[in-house]
Amino acid sequence: MTPELKARFDEEIRSHKIVLFMKGNALFPQCGFSARALQLLQPYGQVHTVDVLADAEVRQGIKDYTNWPTIPQIFINGEFVGGSDILMELAERGELAELVSGKKAEG
Amino acid sequence: MLKAERIRERILGALPGSEVQVNDTTGTGDHFEAYVVSTAFAGKPMVQQHKLVYAAVQDWLQTGELHALALKTYTPEQWKKLGPR
Repeated sequence: MTPELKARFDEEIRSHKIVLFMKGNALFPQCGFSARALQLLQPYGQVHTVDVLADAEVRQGIKDYTNWPTIPQIFINGEFVGGSDILMELAERGELAELVSGKKAEG
Repeated sequence: MLKAERIRERILGALPGSEVQVNDTTGTGDHFEAYVVSTAFAGKPMVQQHKLVYAAVQDWLQTGELHALALKTYTPEQWKKLGPR
């Protein structure tokens, strides 16, 4: 991964409370898992989405950045949360609100 | 084709003393789900908990022998709170 790309990811994640790297965009998700992640996040505020299909460098780069093999990838308050499975599980356990509000550091 | 028991043994090896249940979700020996309860998860974000488990089967994931492993991870306290299942 180039330093420029890493700097871009750092900036995207730092400057938005909720960031979703997804396939497609908020209006036209191109993958069921991405759509589901978006749905789960939207009640908690503005979701900044990055379409990985628009840029092959970003698509591979984000996986290297987090060392996580799949898309979507979710960041909340500057921290990597995980993929859609983890997001769904956190929502089921009622821990998503805490994570967004930042009231609890970890589960 | 993998057996649930082989995956379970790997996870137990990586996380000694944990409780592990592995199910073959499709019956085709490549899609599994695992429930893992371990004290090693305490204080770790879920993504780190999952990485600990994935590390135990990384070679199978890389070769594609294991196509998917859906994870549910809990600390013993969290598991107890869920009640009888």
